[in-house]
Amino acid sequence: MSDGPLAAVVDYGAGNLVSIDQALATAGAQVRCVTRGADIDGADLLVVPGVGAAAPAMDRLGAAGFIEPILGWIAADRPFLGICLGLQLLFEGSDEDGAGTLGVLPGRTERLADAPTLPHIGWNQVSRTRPHPAFDGIDEGADFYFVHSYVGVLPDQDDEAILARTTHGSSFVSAVARGRLLGVQFHPERSGVDGLRLVANVVRLAAGERSPATPSSSAA
Amino acid sequence: MLRRRVIPCLDVAHGRVVKGTRFVDLVDAGDPPELAERYAREGADELVYLDITAAPEERGTLLDIVERTARRAFIPLTVGGGVRSVDEMRDVLRAGADKVSLNTRAVAEPDLVSRCAARFGSQAVVVAIDARRVTGDGPRDAGGNAVASGFEVVVRGGRDPVGLDAVAWAVRAVELGAGELLVTSIDRDGTGAGFDTDLLRSIADRVEVPVIASGGAAGPADFVAAVREGGADAVLAAGIFHRREVSIADVKAGMAAAGLPVRGTPSEVAA
Repeated sequence: MSDGPLAAVVDYGAGNLVSIDQALATAGAQVRCVTRGADIDGADLLVVPGVGAAAPAMDRLGAAGFIEPILGWIAADRPFLGICLGLQLLFEGSDEDGAGTLGVLPGRTERLADAPTLPHIGWNQVSRTRPHPAFDGIDEGADFYFVHSYVGVLPDQDDEAILARTTHGSSFVSAVARGRLLGVQFHPERSGVDGLRLVANVVRLAAGERSPATPSSSAA
Repeated sequence: MLRRRVIPCLDVAHGRVVKGTRFVDLVDAGDPPELAERYAREGADELVYLDITAAPEERGTLLDIVERTARRAFIPLTVGGGVRSVDEMRDVLRAGADKVSLNTRAVAEPDLVSRCAARFGSQAVVVAIDARRVTGDGPRDAGGNAVASGFEVVVRGGRDPVGLDAVAWAVRAVELGAGELLVTSIDRDGTGAGFDTDLLRSIADRVEVPVIASGGAAGPADFVAAVREGGADAVLAAGIFHRREVSIADVKAGMAAAGLPVRGTPSEVAA
């Protein structure tokens, strides 16, 4: 679909981008994988995927000039999807390697407590604490695919940004939403039909936020 | 609650899925992405591709298959066979794989596990261990000691012993950075005699990372035993699925009836 919203996927060398690219395209988005911060101009949705550790990710984001554009994008409350590490980087810092991260959300990324196995790998239930349009059409408690050892911990367990929880040993926050920002600890692009539905909802919401009067600064 | 995973494994050679017994008498069994999509539809929780040629001149073909699979089957994909360096792992991940499985190469060059984990995270590094029971006096490890656990590592498709205790190697692999272990019993592989739950339990009790059981599945009861008795987090099989002797739904129904948490078969197909 040539007239779908333009999703910019931040490519900072963190592995598989094919799955999220295809999931967004399947949902009707135009997809641009961007390797420099300036290239997010003109996008309708910013997606930060990623797996792995925080420090090398922050180094690569910094080297490619992504930090300020991402912070500006979120500060302007534009549609944003952070996946796995892309969610963890929104917190203030990581206990994994001591890295300072973006600080958009309060709290730090900590090792999953009391987990029977680590990494937490596989399908697990995502239980919403409140309704959100990103989960339209998805059953409460549906399974999504996780692969991580660390998780963002908000200081206030009743923080209104908390959208969903999952249990692996102990309960942790598996999705947050604040304004047009959505962050998920699981991988919707690897979570079958329900994952594709979530991505489609995110694309649809981003399409609804487009302001047709604003000329795009990109030639795409 | 974390679900116990059911994982079909597809042997890939020359761009096709092949069937055979222990890498011989190979028969063409179809287009990998097509089969992968079918398994995803039938409820597979993940997929594993094993490149049984592992030939450098066929890397392009493999990467093409990985990308076509990632664009059709929206479940995790692990690729094993032939990865010899961090750069080769990067290529496989960029093509659309989520994890890479290291086997013979990890034994020969343990540092490769560390380097891959440092670059891509432990969650992307699976160490595959092919093991067999040591009988009688049995072989001795490199230091001349008896293999303490009773299981030894074999490489090159399960043919060559390397004088390494399988349980000790499992522990070491995790220390090096493996995020998951794929444990195959060479004694049981292809026999339908059930998983070697002693082998699985010896390893699962010693590591924190998930253990994937492999080798010997004949029916749903074997999958239950791999989890219950072996302590496996996930169970892998090839032949019984390819030959359509047992469906993924059959296996999951058996596991659910035994009280194990499994993910339901998707009720709806992403067409």
